[in-house]
Amino acid sequence: MNHIKLLFFATIRDRAGTKSLEMEIPADMTIQGLKDKLSTDYPNLKDSMKSVLITINREYAFDEAVVPSNAEIALFPPVSGG
Amino acid sequence: MLPGLTREEILRYSRHLLIPEVGLEGQRKLKGSSALVIGTGGLGSPVALYLAAAGVGRIGLVDYDVVDSSNLQRQVIHGTNGIGKLKVESARDRMLDLNPDIEVEVYNEPFTSENAMRIAKDYDVIIDGTDNFPTRYLTNDVSVFLGKPNIYGSIFRFDGQVSVFYAKEGPCYRCLFPEPPPPGLVPSCAEGGVLGVLPGTIGTLQATEALKVLLGIGDPLIGKLLLYNALDMSFDFVKLKKNPKCRVCGPNADIKELIDYEEFCGVPGHDHEEGSAGTGWDITASELYERVKTNHLKLLDVREPHELEISKLPNAVNIPLGQLAGRLAELDSAEDMVVFCKGGTRSARALELLVSAGFKKVKNLKGGINAWAKDVDMNLPVY
Repeated sequence: MNHIKLLFFATIRDRAGTKSLEMEIPADMTIQGLKDKLSTDYPNLKDSMKSVLITINREYAFDEAVVPSNAEIALFPPVSGG
Repeated sequence: MLPGLTREEILRYSRHLLIPEVGLEGQRKLKGSSALVIGTGGLGSPVALYLAAAGVGRIGLVDYDVVDSSNLQRQVIHGTNGIGKLKVESARDRMLDLNPDIEVEVYNEPFTSENAMRIAKDYDVIIDGTDNFPTRYLTNDVSVFLGKPNIYGSIFRFDGQVSVFYAKEGPCYRCLFPEPPPPGLVPSCAEGGVLGVLPGTIGTLQATEALKVLLGIGDPLIGKLLLYNALDMSFDFVKLKKNPKCRVCGPNADIKELIDYEEFCGVPGHDHEEGSAGTGWDITASELYERVKTNHLKLLDVREPHELEISKLPNAVNIPLGQLAGRLAELDSAEDMVVFCKGGTRSARALELLVSAGFKKVKNLKGGINAWAKDVDMNLPVY
């Protein structure tokens, strides 16, 4: 298992009800796998996972990327205001 | 050939001429350059003011709205005198007062797939100060197709994002967000609110990036996204990558021309309220007033609790939209019910949820409690 830290921003922070979370995930889990896990574990986040920018250690991560141990994963929703 | 500067212009831009990175040549470059500002709202206000002050020779403004008093908490290019005036004209007057040596071109029309290429093609940079997803995707695609930098900024409550999307050298907006969020998931400023100074911060950053790009100095935010949070006072930078699967700028791009962006996003290309649930599902404030005189009706208020301090309807039950799915058991699906919020957008979403849960006798208050405050009870404030 890998230990990771999740950071939530803007509307995702409101939906998660917290700024950050720490969790253990399987060593080979991808970003897509993590999105699926968050959708299941936190139903409030399910819709947000359909359009979200995710970074691994401050670099944009595509869905296929494998989450490394001790990674800092940040989740940013699109916002539209102007 | 770069245009020359007059004696008056040399004095006006003195502080620029003193910086070696700008200097006389840079100032002449700015005079010979052009920028298109899409939206003259919260972001467009500081962008247009600072580009005008900086002496960008030709500035285009696109907006179709009129100035409303609820704009002035953040849209500082407009003034109280300008309420009711066209935004593009109110903005142009202020810019020309600040700097009569520039040219301001106004487009008093919505930015759409029909006019976007024609409007944008003659500008050096495009600045995204729009307030909705369809127009953001449109602005992105226009910039990609025309090969121009898109100076992007976006805000919500206390959070802001800034980047320079320039597909020739880095990712575009669609590389980051290939799909728009499900309709209704991300509230607009009209629904969710925004700290007035936030677009000031984000818009001045956009103006800075636009000037750097026009001058060809420094490191613009190409391939980088700046994420700002006013409450934490945090600035985070994220490294971006071009998405090989991007449908507009990737190697196998299949979107080659502008599409229907309202259909793509499932929401209208503006941030106006007066939300409607569609034909047959709406009730107007005046109709509701007549109905409640004679019939028993359940009133369901789906606004956030802090909004009830501003205005409320007697006997309404409050279940915020975000909690509705989990609290359906508190409601009786056989009862006649009218759902409302501030302007009718959130309640239209609540109505969809109720109908899909088997409620049949529900209606949406068109225009929300604000319509009630305008048409029925003038003692209630509009917000």
